[in-house]
Amino acid sequence: MSGPVIEIEGLTFSWKHGPQVLDIPAFGVEAGERVFLRGPSGSGKSTLLGLIAGVLAPQAGRIRVLGEDMSALSPSRRDRLRADHVGVIFQMFNLVPYLSVTGNVLLPLRFSPARRKAAGKDAASEARRLLARLGLEDEQLLQRRVSDLSVGQQQRVAAARALIGAPKLIIADEPTSALDADARDRFITLLSEEVTRTGASLLFVSHDAGLAPFFTRAVDLAAINQVKARAGAAA
Amino acid sequence: MSPLLSLAWASLLNRKGSVILTVVAVALSVALFLGVEKARSGAREGFGNTISGTDLIIGAPTGSVNLLLYSVFRMGGATAEVSWPTYQKIAARGDIAWTVPIALGDSHRGYRVMGTNLDYFKHYKFGGGQALTFAEGKPFGDLFDAVIGSEVARELGYSLETPLTLSHGLGAADLGSGHENRPFRITGILKPTGTPVDRTVHVSLQAITAIHVGWETGAKNPLADTIPEDMIRSFDLTPKSVTAIFAGLERKGTVLTTRRAINTNRGEPLMAIIPGEALAELWNVTSVAERALLAVSAFVIAVGLVSILTSILTSLNERRREMSILRATGARPHHIFLLLVFEAGLVGVLGALLGIALVHGLIALLAPMLQAQYGVAFQMGAPGFVDLSVLGAVSAASLLIGAIPALTAMRRSLADGLSVRL
Repeated sequence: MSGPVIEIEGLTFSWKHGPQVLDIPAFGVEAGERVFLRGPSGSGKSTLLGLIAGVLAPQAGRIRVLGEDMSALSPSRRDRLRADHVGVIFQMFNLVPYLSVTGNVLLPLRFSPARRKAAGKDAASEARRLLARLGLEDEQLLQRRVSDLSVGQQQRVAAARALIGAPKLIIADEPTSALDADARDRFITLLSEEVTRTGASLLFVSHDAGLAPFFTRAVDLAAINQVKARAGAAA
Repeated sequence: MSPLLSLAWASLLNRKGSVILTVVAVALSVALFLGVEKARSGAREGFGNTISGTDLIIGAPTGSVNLLLYSVFRMGGATAEVSWPTYQKIAARGDIAWTVPIALGDSHRGYRVMGTNLDYFKHYKFGGGQALTFAEGKPFGDLFDAVIGSEVARELGYSLETPLTLSHGLGAADLGSGHENRPFRITGILKPTGTPVDRTVHVSLQAITAIHVGWETGAKNPLADTIPEDMIRSFDLTPKSVTAIFAGLERKGTVLTTRRAINTNRGEPLMAIIPGEALAELWNVTSVAERALLAVSAFVIAVGLVSILTSILTSLNERRREMSILRATGARPHHIFLLLVFEAGLVGVLGALLGIALVHGLIALLAPMLQAQYGVAFQMGAPGFVDLSVLGAVSAASLLIGAIPALTAMRRSLADGLSVRL
């Protein structure tokens, strides 16, 4: 896919009864780009991801995701866009506790026929293939309860879940903040490889400036957001 | 739909402990309701099966329910009797095909004694037209012969030829003021019927007269025991009166006119009842209590359903994170809603199924004992209409009640977005 995957123009957002969190005149992510968005906690990174994922709606401005104007779409169309084309990785507690490792990886396929189709007929072996690529091949490990996995393993399961069914955009919200330096580097390397292989774009937010070299482009949120971060503002 | 159902199932399995408790709470409430309902219909069926083929029951004027209770169910007692000449006049009526006179008032170790004649074994029918049959022996032939019901034989360990003596009145114990000087001999034991017949000692009407020789004043004459048996046998033992009369008609169509003719009998006042009608009247009386019981057990089901609501509502807080993961991976608000509704529905369905299984298991296990002890015949076999209705109602109600936590979770997940602040 060519053209921008994310296009933001004149976006403002504030939580109900709260101060303004975001005021972004312009920001974009091109197809195939792996963008690192740096910002301290409380700077509105997660809020921005929520807007891009379509679970929040901006008060003003425009967000285009994969060419669709999010503010013009109904909530349910935004939900479908996310289900079909966006993979999400959280900071931690990424997994549904009552599903197996593969059950967690296959979760997006339950809600999106498009990704079910993209994952192919044998979705379970596609899930295994992705897990293996991310370094989780041990059959015994895959049988364990997800709560028994280490945080690093959990984050890799979350990455496999975000990648399954070939979504065009992966957004990751501080996925490495709970990992030690080695695990962090390995995680980002594996994630980058897989994203590159599938041709997806990656928007990765973190407070840790040291991660910037892993990405094709690094952006400071403070540089694009005209609202000054305030102590105690919503994350 | 089905991916969500399997998700709901997995979520319930993850909270097995509390889910099982909730399922058991629902199951117990359903079992209670069905148990009450089955005892009720079993009792009705049992009562309804007790007498059949008898068109009219005739006795001295009293309440129709009362006459039915003492003549058929051996409950309570008669306040007045029907004189023998009047009985003969009724028996001679052209529209009446057969009559069976009965005399009640004595007992044997807590079991009622009934004086009657051999026609009783021919005409008394129960359970939709079944006649009485003998497990052993034959009807009474001699003056001091007795035929006992199956329960009397079983409980007291009697067999043919066992001697037994009667007590005056209905006292359970031998108070010494009885008929112990006139021993009877068991000549027959009836097969079980599931009716009060099983708990009755049957003797001839003449025997009733015979054991009351010397009781003409209402109490025992101290000299009564000195009258030898041979002398008693030589007396005219035609009864002076009977307690009630079972009658069958020549043509069923005349039942109302015959009844009116008897009720307006000149001379001795009489009362005739149609068993089915009196039974319906009895149900009218008992239905108030039945409805109260059913209402109480329905409320217990409501409590069971509320426990579903409680268990899901209390789990919602710790599941906020899960909901936002589901939203992030593409679940729409209605998926969240359905997930929780399905969870509630599954718990309701499982609880109802377990409750039905519980009741049927208990009935299979306890029915013989209940039938023997209380004469309540529980219907066995495949779950019927009532079970399925309860299953349907409980399932629907639990789905409905699941909408409450489901709406809460849906609204929250919309407000939370992708980032739950824990």
